[in-house]
Amino acid sequence: MSNRPPGDDAGKRQRTSTKLTAHRGLATWGERLVPLGEFRDAAAAAGQELSAAARATAAAAHRQPVDDATPIEGPFGRIVAFGGVYNNHFALEALLAEAAGCRAEAIYCLGDLGGFGPNPEKVRPLLEEGGVLGVQGNYEESLATGREDCNCGYTDPRDNEFADLSYRYTADRCSPETRRWLGSWPLRRRVRVGGQELLLVHGSPRRINEFLFASTSPVPFLDVLFDEQRCDGFLCTHTGLPWHRRLPSGRDAVNVGVIGRPPNDGATDVRYALIEAGADGLEVQLRSLAYDHQALAAEMRAEQLPEEFVETILTGWWTTCLEILPAKERAASRF
Amino acid sequence: MIDPASSDAAPLVELRSLDTLWFQVGGTVCNLACTHCFVSCSPTNHTHEFLRLDEIRGYLDEGAALGVREYYFTGGEPFLNPEMEAILEATLRVGPANVLTNGLLLDPGRCRRLRELDDASDYSLDLRVSMDGYEAAANDPIRGEGTFERILQGVRNLVHAGLNPVITVTEVHDDNGTVRGKERFFQLLRELGIAKPRLKILPVFQIGAEVERGGAYASWQRLRSGDAPVDGWDHLQCSTCRMVTDQGVWVCPILVNEPGGKMGEALADTLDPFALDHPACWTCHVYGVSCKT
Repeated sequence: MSNRPPGDDAGKRQRTSTKLTAHRGLATWGERLVPLGEFRDAAAAAGQELSAAARATAAAAHRQPVDDATPIEGPFGRIVAFGGVYNNHFALEALLAEAAGCRAEAIYCLGDLGGFGPNPEKVRPLLEEGGVLGVQGNYEESLATGREDCNCGYTDPRDNEFADLSYRYTADRCSPETRRWLGSWPLRRRVRVGGQELLLVHGSPRRINEFLFASTSPVPFLDVLFDEQRCDGFLCTHTGLPWHRRLPSGRDAVNVGVIGRPPNDGATDVRYALIEAGADGLEVQLRSLAYDHQALAAEMRAEQLPEEFVETILTGWWTTCLEILPAKERAASRF
Repeated sequence: MIDPASSDAAPLVELRSLDTLWFQVGGTVCNLACTHCFVSCSPTNHTHEFLRLDEIRGYLDEGAALGVREYYFTGGEPFLNPEMEAILEATLRVGPANVLTNGLLLDPGRCRRLRELDDASDYSLDLRVSMDGYEAAANDPIRGEGTFERILQGVRNLVHAGLNPVITVTEVHDDNGTVRGKERFFQLLRELGIAKPRLKILPVFQIGAEVERGGAYASWQRLRSGDAPVDGWDHLQCSTCRMVTDQGVWVCPILVNEPGGKMGEALADTLDPFALDHPACWTCHVYGVSCKT
């Protein structure tokens, strides 16, 4: 169990020793060796040292609230929000039935309609009939602007291969009318629920393809985001993993999850958010949604989509695009 | 003298948001002297010294007020710093942490304590272990005789404690970053008992010790504002990061041995744009590098 060095011969030790002691009293300035004091003096003189007042001004300017003329919708007492349809029209049908059953006053989709599942043209009529209000995701942005990829930004070649495959499948089957319709969706919405003003976005309030995971979205970061965006809460999606954090400042960060595939938890249900005005601010429920996942799997196979994708639908475990998961979320993952 | 307004001038990168705060927590002091180290770290290199916990606390507070999203620790070797575990404990209270280590000091006891720190936090703790070949014959000439086996033992100890490191590899050998090379690394990690192998490949920076090993930059390898991509320079890590060392705040983790890379003493001193006039900036742009996990 120890990782102490193994035995070494004298010659090797000598060479190593020369290298290991080469910097005694010296600093490396780029590739030059200079006396330590010379580097330290140059470093001390470099950059700027502002007064306390100037620092406060610079910090405030850096966190300047954004000008956002997005009109405010509502007020509502109860809304449903979901993301990531991924062509899963079976789950979308189930979601719309649930939303009607719980008398939601408005239904919001936070983007990423395509990819992963089968037959993209089945989704649009359901959204239109259900009166769903949309926010563009990176998928819609890519489809509407004719991008060559989904803009997920993976670096692992296997992830990129699957992301590319599923993007191509959707892009090849998306009509010009649907592309135009998707392109007409706004990048953000502002919605009042009770007394709270919520910002609805796809990735993050700053970027359409920024991943907001629970384990990498710390409270101070979220507080600064809320200040910049002047909102009492935000709803986002994009990662596929739902979470909700009520900050000590009383504001709510909510990732509503996706209805296109399960949240990598070994079960087949998907997730959406029910947001209500409560006596104590927002009441946020991240709800489980059962749907006919067997029918989806059969249709995916009929469309010859990768068996890896079908496996996720049937087992509840993600099999691709795992590279994006931070350590904690990856540890909870099967693959 | 190049006119700063001309397309031949070094481009300016705005700090879009301070998302990533780096700490040169191990200074330039290392228990190895790798032949490709862009900051020439070694046991006797005190260009930068260890950062102390009380210094780091000040920057954590300032960073939180500026909305920092994640914290990274590097060196030198971070675990040579006697306060490293206390530093991680303090950091994991306010956000996620990443540690870039050579793996040699990852004994079973330390790995257990790291696991406890991870369990106690809502935020992710990522350990990045460096390795420069999937076999000793490729790794050891770069990182030192016998290091391959010692790195593997450190990785085994992490795995035994239930932690899944990100193996970080430089393209110091031609095939390290190829599909075949990546497969060999994945295979090695699976043999070590890692069911979910994680790998990050980085190019080499032709500065520091690497100049002697692989050669320096040529004069044409520099950025000009006329090179700006359509989307601007937002893909560069310096548009969202700063680096703290014992001698102040620098633009990024790469340029800490260049006094020109230093921007101030407090984070608030360093929120202005930075001119990309160092050849290493060319590598970040051309290879699309981010040192982030």
